[in-house]
Amino acid sequence: MTTRTISVDVLARVEGEGAFRVTLRDGAVRSAELSIFEPPRFFEALLRGRHWSEAHDITARICGICPVAYQMSTVHAVERAFGVRVEGPLRALRRLIYCGEWIESHALHIHLLHAPDFLGFDDAVSMAREHGEAFRRGLSLKKAGNRIVALLGGREIHPINVRVGGFHRAPRRRELATLVPELEQARDDALACLRWVAGFDVPDRERDYLFVALRHPGEYPFNEGRIASSRGLDIDPAAFPERFRERQVERSTALHSRTAEGEAYLVGPMARYALNAPRLRPLAREAAAEAGLGPVCRNPYRSVVVRAVEMLHALDEALQIIADYEEPDRPAVEIAPRAGVGAAATEAPRGLLHHRYEIGEDGLIRAAAIVPPTSQNQASIEEDLLHLVDADPDRPDEDLRRLCEQTIRNYDPCISCAAHFLRLEIDRGDRP
Amino acid sequence: MTGRPVRVIGLGAPLRGDDAVGREVARRLRAHAPPGVEIHDSDGETAALVELLEGARAAILVDACRSGAAPGALRRLDAAAGPLPAGLGAVSTHGLGPAEAIELARALGVLPPRCLVYAIEAARFDPGAPLTPAVALAAERAAERILEDLALPHV
Repeated sequence: MTTRTISVDVLARVEGEGAFRVTLRDGAVRSAELSIFEPPRFFEALLRGRHWSEAHDITARICGICPVAYQMSTVHAVERAFGVRVEGPLRALRRLIYCGEWIESHALHIHLLHAPDFLGFDDAVSMAREHGEAFRRGLSLKKAGNRIVALLGGREIHPINVRVGGFHRAPRRRELATLVPELEQARDDALACLRWVAGFDVPDRERDYLFVALRHPGEYPFNEGRIASSRGLDIDPAAFPERFRERQVERSTALHSRTAEGEAYLVGPMARYALNAPRLRPLAREAAAEAGLGPVCRNPYRSVVVRAVEMLHALDEALQIIADYEEPDRPAVEIAPRAGVGAAATEAPRGLLHHRYEIGEDGLIRAAAIVPPTSQNQASIEEDLLHLVDADPDRPDEDLRRLCEQTIRNYDPCISCAAHFLRLEIDRGDRP
Repeated sequence: MTGRPVRVIGLGAPLRGDDAVGREVARRLRAHAPPGVEIHDSDGETAALVELLEGARAAILVDACRSGAAPGALRRLDAAAGPLPAGLGAVSTHGLGPAEAIELARALGVLPPRCLVYAIEAARFDPGAPLTPAVALAAERAAERILEDLALPHV
C-alpha cells in the first residue's frame, strides 16, 4: 500500500494558526483534516461572573479583524434577554458600524490575502510589485472602512463607544458628513474591485452546499433576521442550539459545528448571497449580475466575487444611512435589566456569529456560549479539501498543496476567533 | 519633499510586557521631538502602517523583536537598503507584521528614502507585565539615539 500525504504545517494568509493534512492510500483519498492549534482562549469561561454591561467590551477582544461583529452579537443577545428593541437612528448607526467592518475585512481579505492565489503569487508583497494599482485601491478601501469604525466606535480596533441599548455617544450629522467624499471614492473603487475579481481565472468546481445565514424581509442582513438555510430552515436565533451542534474533535482547538442531523454547512458571503440576493442594494445587485453571478453561487472559488459584491453593497448602504441620518435625542434607549436568557446572531464578515447569555438576578453572567463562523465552516472546509483531491488525485503534490491552501482561504477563516474549548480533559495515564 | 514630515513610529501592544517597548520609546520622544517630526503609535496593522510610511519624508520604526540575543539588545537597521533580516523573529503571529508592511511599501514604491528600524530584543510578553529592566534601559538608549538621528540633516 502506498501512502501519500499532502500537508501544510502552518497556513499563511489566514488569521491565526492552523494546518491541514490530506491522506491518500493507494491513490484514493482517505481523509482531509484541518487542524487548528491556535491556543484556546477560554472567553466563554471568563465571561462567567462578569456584569452584562461589560460583556461586549470583552467579546470585542476575541478578534482584531471583526470586533464589531462580536460586540453586536453580544449587545443584541443581552437586549433580547431584557426585552429591549433598538430602533430608528440608533439601529441605523449599528448597521453603519457593521458596514465599516465588512468593508475593511473584505478589502483586506480580497487584496492582501486571497488575490495572490488567483494571480499566481506566493504572497502579497510580490503581488504588490506587479499589481500596485489594484493593491493601493485595496488599502484605501480598507482605510475607508476603518474610518467608519473609528468615527462610530471611538477608535479603529476594539471600539469603545458601543453599549447595550445603543452607543455612549451618537455622532453629529456634520461628523458623519465628513466621511462622504472618501466613501463615494471607495464606492467607485469597490466597483472597480468587483470587475477586477470577476475577471480572475477560477477553478470550475461547484458543490451543493447547505447554506445557512440570517434572512431579513427588508434588508441584506447585518444585525437582524431569522436563521434560514437553503433547505428551508427558518428559525428564531434562540433556537440555534437545538438545530446546530458543536462537538470537539481531537485535531482542533476550535469546536466543529454541524446540523443536528450531522451535516456540514456553510456560512459567510456565499450563504448570505444565496439567501438574500434580492435585498442587495440595486447598485450591488446590478454589478453582481454584470459580474456573472446568478441568484446562487455554488463555486467556492467565486466567493471572492461575492465578497466584492458585499463590499460594494456596504459602501452604498453606508452612504444611504449617512444621507438619511437624523440625530437621536439620546444615544441609547432605557434599559430595564432583568434575569433571563438572551440569544442573538449577527453576520460577521466571515458568516453567522451566534451568542447566547444567561444573566442572573444580580446582573452577572451565569453562562455564555459563542459560536463563531469559522467553527461552523470547518466541516465544510474539510469536505471541500476531500472533494478537491479526490477529483484529481494524480496532480503533483505541490499543485495540490497550493489548491488546498487556496480552498481554505475561500472561507477567509478567522482561526483565532474559532479557537476555544468546550471542555478540557487531562489524561495523565496514571489511573488504573 | 520638505513639506512632508519625518515620522517616528512606536510599534507594539501596550499591555503585553516587552511588546510595548516601541510605544515606550515613542512616549519618551513625544516631549522632545523637533519641529517637523511626528511621533505615532501603531499596533502594526499593515494598511495603516503602509499609509504612515507613504506620507513620510523619512521614517524610524521601533519594535520589539525576538532573535535569541540578550534581552535589551538594541539593533539599528537600515530598511531602505533592503529587507530586514529574516531571523529577526517578528512578534506578529499573523504573517502581516511591520516587516511585511515595509516590503509592501517598497513594492508599491512609497517607502521613504530614509527608513530606519530599531529592533529591541524582548524577554517576555506576559499580559499586564511591565517592561523588563534590561528592555526599559534599551528604550532609554533607543530614544537617545533616535534624537541623534533626528538631528542629522539628511533624515
